[in-house]
Amino acid sequence: MSDVEYSVKQFILKEFLPGEDPSELTSSTPLITGGILDSLATMKLVMFLEDSYGVKFEAHEVDPDHLDTVADIARLVAAKKG
Amino acid sequence: MTPAVATAAPLHRYLIEAARRWPEQTAVVEPGAGSISYARLDHLSDRVRDRLHAMGVRRGDRVGLYLRKSIDTVAAIYGVLKAGAAYVPVDPGAPASRDAFILHNCAVSALLVESRFDSALRAEHEQLGRLPPMVVLERVGGGQGLSAALDALDREEAAKLSDTFDSAPGDLAYILYTSGSTGKPKGVMLSHENAVSFVDWCSELLEPRTSDRFSSHAPFHFDLSILDIHVCLKHGATLVLVGEDVGKDPERLAQLIAGERISIWYSAPSILALLSQFGRLSDRDLSALRIVLFAGEVFPIKHLRTLTQQLPGRRYVNLYGPTETNVCTWYEVKLPIPEGQAKPVPIGVSCSHLQCRVVDGEGAAVHPGQEGELVVAGRGVMQGYWALPEQSARAFLPDDGEGRWYRTGDVVFEDPDGNYAYLGRRDRMVKRRGYRVELGEIEAGLYRHALVKEAAVVAIPDEESGVKIKAFLSCREEKHPSLIEMKRFCAQNLPAYMIPDSFSWQAALPKTSTDKVDYQRLKELR
Repeated sequence: MSDVEYSVKQFILKEFLPGEDPSELTSSTPLITGGILDSLATMKLVMFLEDSYGVKFEAHEVDPDHLDTVADIARLVAAKKG
Repeated sequence: MTPAVATAAPLHRYLIEAARRWPEQTAVVEPGAGSISYARLDHLSDRVRDRLHAMGVRRGDRVGLYLRKSIDTVAAIYGVLKAGAAYVPVDPGAPASRDAFILHNCAVSALLVESRFDSALRAEHEQLGRLPPMVVLERVGGGQGLSAALDALDREEAAKLSDTFDSAPGDLAYILYTSGSTGKPKGVMLSHENAVSFVDWCSELLEPRTSDRFSSHAPFHFDLSILDIHVCLKHGATLVLVGEDVGKDPERLAQLIAGERISIWYSAPSILALLSQFGRLSDRDLSALRIVLFAGEVFPIKHLRTLTQQLPGRRYVNLYGPTETNVCTWYEVKLPIPEGQAKPVPIGVSCSHLQCRVVDGEGAAVHPGQEGELVVAGRGVMQGYWALPEQSARAFLPDDGEGRWYRTGDVVFEDPDGNYAYLGRRDRMVKRRGYRVELGEIEAGLYRHALVKEAAVVAIPDEESGVKIKAFLSCREEKHPSLIEMKRFCAQNLPAYMIPDSFSWQAALPKTSTDKVDYQRLKELR
């Protein structure tokens, strides 16, 4: 697991899944389509990513096609930092 | 009381007249997909009318719309009305089982559906029985999807030109389904007179001009859309459709308000709060914006204050009312909002086409200033719930010869300025992101999970989001499903705005002495 995946997971567990067993959240768990991230939670996640990694998200990237799993998110952040 | 003055014009007459006066004016803009003039919108809706008549649709029938928001859908709405039928818009984002229930419940005699939803709907209907005749659109956008679907049907057999139906004031114009406490949505029946009296009142309030550009933010199955669509198109103004994806994204939304030069905005407060926090409003040119309307839930005062500071010099109006009456009271916010004010703004005074009163548990008017239930009578009040005579009867005060008084279920009092102030609910309904949610419908959804033995849901007030929904569950097996599993299950079985914020597993739910779930103790559990 990459560092980005790890810290994104920790952030989601702490903010949106309090009390959940960390092993239940895998890199491929659907986040937006799985009802874990609503629109406000997605905004909060994006702000966290922008602040933590110094990247900027385009408006059209904030959707299930780009951010639905921890793996998707890590890939997108890596590409932006790349 | 409540003189039933017949309204001359059916709702669709306003579009027909606007198309005659301003044929070349742009009626609807669908960003990214195109726009349509009044003359073309009128013509396209005539074609829908003719096709529906050819399919056997008659006065008093219901026609389902299972379409994403688009120019196509606006044309379909007017086509249904012109055919003399009532339109029944369902939420394309909701689970197919819920939409299929609605279409079956009110026995639509025809359905306009996008092909992407077609197979899920057919699967659901296998259990429910006969599917109505359908117009299947390969896609929607700019009106072209609808035109293409009508062209294809015309090639098989051309629809004959037919007459626009001159609906009577009491004929149904649309049925909007809202959350029902038994777990099944219930259909609120609104007539042409209900709609037109509301639209005319909006004209008084807003004094729209042909140069206005109205937002259409709310989905069409939501009653805010009645103002957006029908008030805008009555006045020859331009309706700017906001898609579901953009609608939840404050940054893109703010760009759209600026880029499309929206002048009259209407949405739930939660969207405006997001815009004010994340939309970077001060950096944008929102000079066209002149009126901001909000409805559907309490606007937390700190967010409203910030918004009015970011965008000063506009009219801000709080519109209040359940789907059963559409807007029944209104309050124009006095600016600036004092820094020390902690109370939300009041819901205001009765709209001119309705009468409001505050009553006690016996239905008798209380003294000014005392709290009680708000009841509403007049031309905007619904006809009842579809095929639910008992619930319809219970929705009104017993007839005392003084008119039909609809019971809102909302507890209010009249403040010294003569404005009604909202206090809370009499029952188990809450407002979330502007949607009304019966906690019983969430519980019914949770019970569908194979491992859920007991389910109870409580709503806890929350300063940030208005309300948090907490689910308490007990399990049939020792190891209960994970939180992620429950959220995913809910995402598949309930509309997104009904998914609980938290899930708490108990060995068994606390009970009262009569063996009912003890909601008071659940609230204390936190």
